[in-house]
Formats: sequence, structure tokens, C-alpha cells
Amino acid sequence: MDTLILLLFVFVLAAFLGFELIQKVPSQLHTPLMSGSNAISGITVVGAIIACGVAEGEFGKWLGFFSIILATINVVGGYVVTDRMLGMFKKKGR
Amino acid sequence: MDLKSYIDLAYIVSSILFIFGIKMLGNAATARKGNLLSAVGMFVAMVVTVFYKEVVDYQMILAGVAIGAVIGWIWAMRVQMTGMPELVALFNGFGGLASVLVGWAEFEFGKSTDPVTQTAIYLAILIGGVTFTGSFVAYLKLAGKMSGRPTLFPAQKAVNAILFLALLVLGVVYVMQGPAWALYAIIVLSLALGVLGVLPIGGGDMPVIIAFLNSFSGLAGAAAGFVILNKVLIVAGCLVGTSGIILTIIMCKAMNRTFGNVLFGGFGAAGGAIGKAVEGEMKGISVEDAFYALEAAQNVVFVPGYGMAVAQAQHAVKELGALLEKNGAEVRFAIHPVAGRMPGHMNVLLAEADVPYEQLCEMDAVNPTMGQVDVAIVIGANDVVNPAAGDDPSSPIYGMPIINVHEARTVFALKRGKGSGFSGLENALFFRENCRMIYGDAKETITGLVAQFKG
Repeated sequence: MDTLILLLFVFVLAAFLGFELIQKVPSQLHTPLMSGSNAISGITVVGAIIACGVAEGEFGKWLGFFSIILATINVVGGYVVTDRMLGMFKKKGR
Repeated sequence: MDLKSYIDLAYIVSSILFIFGIKMLGNAATARKGNLLSAVGMFVAMVVTVFYKEVVDYQMILAGVAIGAVIGWIWAMRVQMTGMPELVALFNGFGGLASVLVGWAEFEFGKSTDPVTQTAIYLAILIGGVTFTGSFVAYLKLAGKMSGRPTLFPAQKAVNAILFLALLVLGVVYVMQGPAWALYAIIVLSLALGVLGVLPIGGGDMPVIIAFLNSFSGLAGAAAGFVILNKVLIVAGCLVGTSGIILTIIMCKAMNRTFGNVLFGGFGAAGGAIGKAVEGEMKGISVEDAFYALEAAQNVVFVPGYGMAVAQAQHAVKELGALLEKNGAEVRFAIHPVAGRMPGHMNVLLAEADVPYEQLCEMDAVNPTMGQVDVAIVIGANDVVNPAAGDDPSSPIYGMPIINVHEARTVFALKRGKGSGFSGLENALFFRENCRMIYGDAKETITGLVAQFKG
């Protein structure tokens, strides 16, 4: 139970932080912001690694394996595509 | 300190990198560096996770990461900027499905018998499942593999409500008693809810729904974090979830609608539109005559919309802009926040075509100067320039902020045919005295104008 309370604490504070972090975003950054944060949501890959890495439970392990693939596509694809977009923005600008 | 504490410390480092990453993504000067920082944070989190003592099978992990990385990298490098909305939707859906699988895997391991973990598994599967199929339907709509119009059927809302209630009941059953059948039913129904939830949402509302699903995929990750009691999942997932909600709110405001209205409105369905009948007639103009007007213009504003993306006209538009500037005109691009099919869609396309950054203007910056504009060129935009939003209270889009091109001296509207826009509304702009229609493919029209300038 202590752990749960601690984690809820973390969650609530992160929620407030998330609301504060982004307030006024210029519209040209809407897409990169979305695809960049989309890449972060692939953080599930950490859970997938743990599920896949354990020795027990054949079926669960395979679920973890597919989860790793999907989450890594999300992570790598998301970061690369965001970088490509921002690269185009940056060429001129200043 | 034991190994686990070191891993947790590394997770704190990751979290800090994510926070700075998101913060810096909100600012043009630092965005690229921010993206890189958050990628480093992700790398750290993935590497240290392998050191958990429960984690023993490195080969399978490496294989999974390698496969995913190659697929993700190839897709991301090969995508055209016009295909960006559907790719973002697809990636987002994969993240959601990954969370479903993590929750399901924990269930299969059978260690999760307390109500708290079971609640977390339930939420990870529910949110992740809706994110997955919802994003996938959005992907199909954006990629043109299915109609972008809202798909409606009788008793749709009732079906969705029953589905939602069933998911609630199943959730209670699963959390209290933990039977496998309840979990499997939850998986199936969550996936169904995602499909049925996004089907009635039309193309023009996609910016809102994409931003929302993005937020949801973060929350699914946070729920998965509660399943495996992992803090970095909770922090990162929650950050994405809440910052995504901010973007969703920005999009809703840009359409003057509530989120509930977007979700349940079925906006733009055939026959759903009302509003005053527009009097007058649309007047066409030839490319040659349009050229003479443009040649004399001192102040030109382009207003791009989804039609520009469909016609892939952004490069031709850029060329025309450069020629106009050489001709001595001030050239700007006025971008409505919800123009296109995802937040910032037009900016991405115009940046790809090398349109100078300083020429891209936000709606609020352009509107006060509209009176001085000689020619406003509307390229495949419709509802975002409809003056009925300002002066016709019976119009469904009344109150939506628009780009006031009707205040310009002359408006050229490039349009494929005489049909109405996404919302199914007649556009009052096209009947105005100062508006001339140029029918045909936007790219051909613009290329024609460019040829006139050169010739």
C-alpha cells in the first residue's frame, strides 16, 4: 500500500507538471510537439523489456516480446520523424 | 545501495531529460535539442532496465529492440511530409497496443492478484486498447484507405454507451475476482470501443482526435507503470498524457467547440448541416486575369488548407510566393490552427517546401492587417475562411475563429469543384463581391500562375 501511495504521489505531481510545461506553443511546433511526445509515450518499452526478459511464463514472455517491437517502433520512429521535421524548420529561421 | 536503487537513480535522470525535452519542444529555438534530450532519456531508461535481476533473457530483448528500431527508422525516414498525419497516428497506435500487451503479460505471469494491480492492468488494457484501434481507424481515414466522412449508423450512441457500461461492469468483476474470461472480454471490448469511437469523427476534426489519442497513449503508459510499479513509466506517461490534453484544448478552442461535441457531435455528417442559405452567385476568374491582379498586388496573403496537401501544391506555392516577392509584394502565409488534418499540418508542408519561416503567420497576427491585403489566395481551405462563422448565428460553425480573408480587397479561392467543405456547409465567402473562384487542381492553377510570371 505504501508503494501505491508513493506512486500516486508521483503521478499527481507529474500531471501538474505536464499541464504547466506546455502553455503557449506556437502553431508551427504543434506537429513536432505531438510526434515528439508521442515518442516519449513509447516508454512502455521499459515494461515490455521487463516482461520479455523474465525466464518464466512462455506466453507472457512472447507478449512482452511483441510489445518491445511495437513500443520500439513508436520510440525510434517518433524521435527520427520529429528530428526530420525540426531539421526542415531549422534550415532557414535564422 | 543495491542495484535496484541505482536503476531508480538512472530513471530519475531519464525523467529529468523527458521534462526538459518536452519543455524545449515548445520553443522554436530549442525544439530540436529538446527532442534529442528526450531521446537520450529514453535510451538511458531502456539500457538500465536490462540490469534488473529478474531480467535474464537478453537475446530476446535485443532481437525485439532491433526489429522495432529498424522498422521505425525506415518508416520515419521514408515518409513524405504529406503522409505525416497518418504516420503519427500509426506510431501512436503501436504505443497503445504495447501497453495492452504489457498489462496482458503481467496477467499471464499470474503474480497480480491484488485489486490494486488488477485495477492497473484493467486501465492499461482499456486505455491502450482504445488508443490502438482508435489510432488505427484515424490512420485509415487519414491515409484515404477509408472515407474521411463521419461514419454513422442507427443507435450509434446507444451502442457505444452499452459498450462503455459493459467495460465498467467487466472491470469491476475483474478487479474483484480476477477471472481470465473477464480480462479477455475487456481486451476485445476495448478494441471495439476504439473503432466505434473514432468512426463517427470526420476528417476536419482529426486534429483534435489525433492530439487526444496522443494524450491517451501517454496515460496508457502511465497505467502500465502502475502495473509493474515503475516510476519512470508513470512520470513519462503522465507528462505525455497531460501535455497532450493541453494541445487537445488548443485545437478545440481553435474550432470554438467543446471536446464532447467533437467526440459525439458527428459533425459534418451528410445532411447534418444547417445555416442560412447563401444568396448570390460564385464568380469565376481565369488564370490570366488572376495573374494581372497578382502582378499589381503589393500585399499578398496565402491561406492554405487541406486541399493544398491533397494536391501536393506546396512546392508550386512556394515558387509563386518567391516570384511575388521578387515582384515587390509583401508575401505572408496565414495558418489557421486547425487547417489540415493534424495540429500544425500546414506548417510542416510549407517548411518542407522551404517557405521562409518569417512568412508563416498565425491567424491572430494576420487578421488585424487583413484590410491592407490586396490579394488573399485561399488554397483548398474552406471552413476556416467562412465568414458565416462571424455573422451567421444559425451556422453550425458560428463562433469559430476564422482567417478574415473576406476583408481583403480581393480574394482568389482555389477549389476543385463547386462542392461544399468538410462541414457540408456552403461557404459564404465564395459568394462575396470581392471573391473570385479559380476552379481546378490547385497545383495546376498555381503552376499556371508561375508560368505567367516567368513568361
